[in-house]
Parts: sequence; C-alpha cells; structure tokens
Amino acid sequence: MSPEQFVDNLISGVAQGSVYALVGLGFTIIYTVTRIINFAQGEFVMLGGVFSFLLFSSVGLPLPLALLLAVLAATVVGAVLYLLAIRPARQASVISLIIITIGASTFIRGVVGQIWGKDYMPPLPHFSGDNQWLWIIGITLVVMVALHLFFSRTMMGKALKACSINRQAASLVGIDARSMAFTSFALAAALGAIGGAVITPLTAPHFRMGLTLGLKGFVAAAVGDFRSQVGTVVGGVILGIAEAMVVVLDWGPFASAYKDVIAMLVLLLVLFFRSSRGAAQEAAS
Amino acid sequence: MKHWLSLLLVAVLVAAVVPVVGCSESETIKIGALFDVTGPNSPLGTPEKQVVEMMETQINDAGGINGVPIEVIVYDTEGKEDSCVSLATRLIEQDGVVAIIGPSSTGESLAVIDTVDKAQIPMVSCAADERITIPVGDSIWVFKTPQTTYMAVQEIYSYIQDQGITKIAIMTDTKGFGAGGKKDLEDEASNYGLTIVSNQSYDNEETTNWDPFISKIENSGAEAVVCWGTNPGPALIAKALDGTGIPFFGSHGIANTKFIEVAGDAAEGVIFPVGKMLVADQLPDSDPQKAVLLQLKSDYEALYGEGTCNTFAGHAYDALKMVQMAVEEVAPDKETLTEELKDRKAFAAKIRTEIENIEGFAGTGGVFNMSPDDHCGLSKGCMVVVKIVNGEWVWLQD
Repeated sequence: MSPEQFVDNLISGVAQGSVYALVGLGFTIIYTVTRIINFAQGEFVMLGGVFSFLLFSSVGLPLPLALLLAVLAATVVGAVLYLLAIRPARQASVISLIIITIGASTFIRGVVGQIWGKDYMPPLPHFSGDNQWLWIIGITLVVMVALHLFFSRTMMGKALKACSINRQAASLVGIDARSMAFTSFALAAALGAIGGAVITPLTAPHFRMGLTLGLKGFVAAAVGDFRSQVGTVVGGVILGIAEAMVVVLDWGPFASAYKDVIAMLVLLLVLFFRSSRGAAQEAAS
Repeated sequence: MKHWLSLLLVAVLVAAVVPVVGCSESETIKIGALFDVTGPNSPLGTPEKQVVEMMETQINDAGGINGVPIEVIVYDTEGKEDSCVSLATRLIEQDGVVAIIGPSSTGESLAVIDTVDKAQIPMVSCAADERITIPVGDSIWVFKTPQTTYMAVQEIYSYIQDQGITKIAIMTDTKGFGAGGKKDLEDEASNYGLTIVSNQSYDNEETTNWDPFISKIENSGAEAVVCWGTNPGPALIAKALDGTGIPFFGSHGIANTKFIEVAGDAAEGVIFPVGKMLVADQLPDSDPQKAVLLQLKSDYEALYGEGTCNTFAGHAYDALKMVQMAVEEVAPDKETLTEELKDRKAFAAKIRTEIENIEGFAGTGGVFNMSPDDHCGLSKGCMVVVKIVNGEWVWLQD
C-alpha cells in the first residue's frame, strides 16, 4: 500500500465516520434533553437520502436546492413525529416513549417503501469532481461549528443545554422543557438528514438504508455515553476509520467480510467498560 | 322450552357447518408461491410474483388445467429465512397446496428444504445456487429453474480467458448468492488459467465506503474484477472502479435495468453471463427458446410495461410451467384430476415424479432435462455472455 493510498483510505474512513457522527449527534441531543433514545434516528438519514434523490432526479431541482429542501423536509418529519407521537404520550415512561420511536421508525420506513418503492435508487452525482469524501468532511465540520455556536451563543441553544443538564432546574428558571424537546427532535432530524444527503452520491438510497446508518450512529453515540457531543463525534470517526482499515489491512481472519462486525465490537466494548465502570462507581459510593 | 332452544341451536350450528365441510373439497389446484416481494431481493421477487399472477389468469381464462382452475397462493417472505419457513408450513398445512414455487433467494431456499422434505411436497426454487439441488439425495422434493452458479462462472471465465487475462480480483457478496459464487469462482479459476490475486467479500446492505476495497484491488495487480452479487453492491463497485481502468465483469445477479440505472455511466461496457431472456430478440430463429422467450416478454410487458420482463420473471415462469406440465401428465383429464385432488399427499408425490421426468422442455432458462440425478436439468450453453452498450444488453457471440 502506497502512502497516498493509505491517506486516501484514511480520508474515506474519516468521512464515513463523519456521517456516523452526524447521525450519532442526533441520538445524543434527543437523549440529553428528553432521556429518550430515538430509534427513528436512522429513518431521518434515510429521508435525507431518499428526499434528496427525489427532489433532484424526479422533481428536477438543482442539486444544492434539492439537498437543502430534503434536509428541511426531514426536519419537518422530525418535528411532526414529536408533536404527533411523543408529545401526546409525554406522561408515559421513558421506556414507552422509546418503544414509540421504534414503532415510528417502522411506520416511516413502511410509508416511504409504499409511496416511492422498495427498490434502490441511483446515487446522486458527486457535489463536484471526484472528491465527495472531502465534501462530506467539510460539511460535517461546518455543521459542527454551527452546532457549537448554537449551543454556546444563542438563547435557544443555551436553553437546550440547560435542559440537558437539569431539566427541573431549567423549568424553574422559566425554560419551556416541552418546546425544548420539540427543538431537539427537529435538530436531530436535521442532523440525520444531512448525514443521509451527503452520503447519497456514494450509495444507492433506498427505504431500508436507515437501519444500518442508524445503528452505526447509535454506536457513535454510545461511545459518547449519549451525553458527550465530542465523544459521539470521536466515536463516529473512529468507527469509520476502523471499518476502512479492516478492509485495507486484511488481517487474516478479520478479512473484509467482517468489516461490519467492527461496529458491534465497539458497541460491546463500550457497554462492557461502561458497566464495569458503573459497577465500580456503585461499589465506591 | 330450554330443551327446544338448545335443539334449535344445534340445528343452526349444524346447518352452518355442513356447507363449509362441503366446500373444503374445492375444485381448484392449489399451488403455493414464496417470493421476496418487499425484502432485499424485491427486484427478484416482484417480477416473480407478477409473472405467476399473470399465468394464473391466463391458465384459468383458458379453462384451467383440464377444466380445473388453479389457485396460486403467493406469500411475501420479506427475504427472511425464518418467515419463509413458517410461510411454507402455512402453505402446506393450512392452504393445502400440492406444490410450491420459489423462494426467490438461495438462503431462503436452503432454509426451507427441510420443511418441504418432511411434508413431502414438491418445491421448484427460483434461486440459483447449486447447493439447492446438489446432491439430489438431500431432498428428492426440491427442484430449481435458474441456471446453476457454476455454469455462469464457466461462461464468464471462458470469456475472460479469451481476452488474454490471467490475474483477476474477485468481489463477492457475503450473503447466499455471492457466497455460492465465491466458491465456484475459486474452484473453477485454475481450469481457465486464471489466478485470483485479490479475494474480498462485502456486505451488500451495509457498505457505503468502497474505496478501501478498490485500493486493494489496484494493489493486487489484477487485470479484471469479477463481482458476484445482486443490487446495489455490484453497481456501486462498478462506479467506484470507474476511472481505475480495471474492467468489471458481473454475474447474472445484475441482469436487470436497475443495475444500469444505479451504476450510471459506469455500467457501459460491463460484461456478464446471463440466461437468454435479455437478448431474446437477438437469438437465431433456430434457437428452441426463442419463441417461448418472446411470447413471455410480450405477454408480461403488455401487463407491466415496456422493458420490465427479466430473467427472474422467467425463473418463476419456468417453475410454474413445470408444475403445470406435471399436473397435466399425472391427470390427463378432468375425472382423474378430480379423483387425484381427493388425496393431496399422493397427488403431490405424483407431481414430483412427473417434474423429475420432464425432458426437452424449452423454458426461459434453457432446455430442461430433469432426471433423478439432476434436479436442475440445465447444461452448459444455456447461458450467454452479454455486454452493456448504450444502456442495452448486446449478445457477445463467440
């Protein structure tokens, strides 16, 4: 393997990981604000991809506009999901709400499959030239900076942050926790859809694509303990690099076919260390 | 008074039950079908379902088989092996079918063999892998219509050898179809003077980053890539390979317009082995399959639209046709057929024997000659090598 190839593969891994990170951030944001693990997160990714394709190829919009509208549309779906499915059940336990998100995910997938077909759609053209990976990394960086500014500079961002730190205290100082939950769903949907939209030139969008990408995002979020945004991003990127390197290095039994075991391995390790650490903390207290 | 009421109740219940019992000896030949209509292999399962629905109407419009209508009960397996097995059980135990067509995929077919074998119901699979029917001893109840994977491998290998290529990279799907292909690609390579310098497997649904795979192929010094899988993997690999100058050879798993659509420009020049369906109009009139291929194509496309008929529809066509031929053979007139329908087990067994006796049947997949040792019945020469030129399949005659 030449050094250039190594770097190329590293870049592709980082970019793939950035997508996982975007999806994972959606999990993290909803979890910190509402304590719900949103299993419909992967469907937002799928909507981002499928809508981008439909708006570009079927409607014929210019690519940037198609991508933007696709993300907006998915955001609306996220907001509607909260209003119609989560909010009316807000008195229910968190576990019931999580189960609602599983149902919602099956529902969204089914509707898309019924309306736009179950077959694979052709990939979109690359955003420019042959450097889609760089586009993905660039867009992810921009999104992360924007997210950082949102949480640190804007009133709404700070309110969200307050909610995630202590929901009760936040309510006491006059932050409307419910509207924050609404915002977190919309934001998570937008992040997932961006992930879906930027990866669409490299894959064939279809109604089931959210299953895999959602799972990888879940692993990224698990690395960040579902709380830390930085941890989620690191987790996603490490996962992306690990998957690329397993294929490139091809260590005997860990041949390319087992690439997708990596995500599960990371998840198992995280859960293992987390539970042993949790047990240690409990013992200490 | 109470006494009267209960008598009345009994009378009503008996009256309600009797006609139902009478009806259960219905005058239809029930044939089950298991297709992956909504799962990962829906591009295969959808045309398979559509073609049997079309044939059901055609056969019944023509008065059924010897005056008895057929009923094809189609279930969607969603590509899941476990639900395929339970649906097969449902077809056999609840619906009372005399034969089963499908499943669509190799994995599901292998999973369901045990069930049909125990129930002693003949099954004609629409999946390609040779493990489904070889050895026949595993289950004498299982047949299949698609060309066996090694025939496709031999066909494409002999083409590659003719191009003077000696070093190839293989890329195979980790699932059933690709896994079967991997084995045959490995086994047959040396017979065609080919060395496999890079041997990689990929997960079709999960992979979005193909670059590392391509790097390995480039480093291996391979002169060509042979990819064994179904959509979307091969199309995305062809795309990723575009620009490296390494030619892409596919399998019959990409014999649909979806491949061309997903791969876009990268589909141009792709060469793969396939049944004659795709190039039916290019065949010489002397070809025994030409008439049946063109007939199916025009019937099917009249219903479902121009360019929709593909080899997968053909596999299900051949399967149902074989069951129909076997039924006609077992019961040449309406009386025998009515008689046979009374003992489903025995009828199913006779159908199985007659499928095994099919000889010289020119179907869409080739000319079938079944025998107790060969439950696929096809031989080399039933496949051709085609090239994608301007989004169309062109037959590369030797």
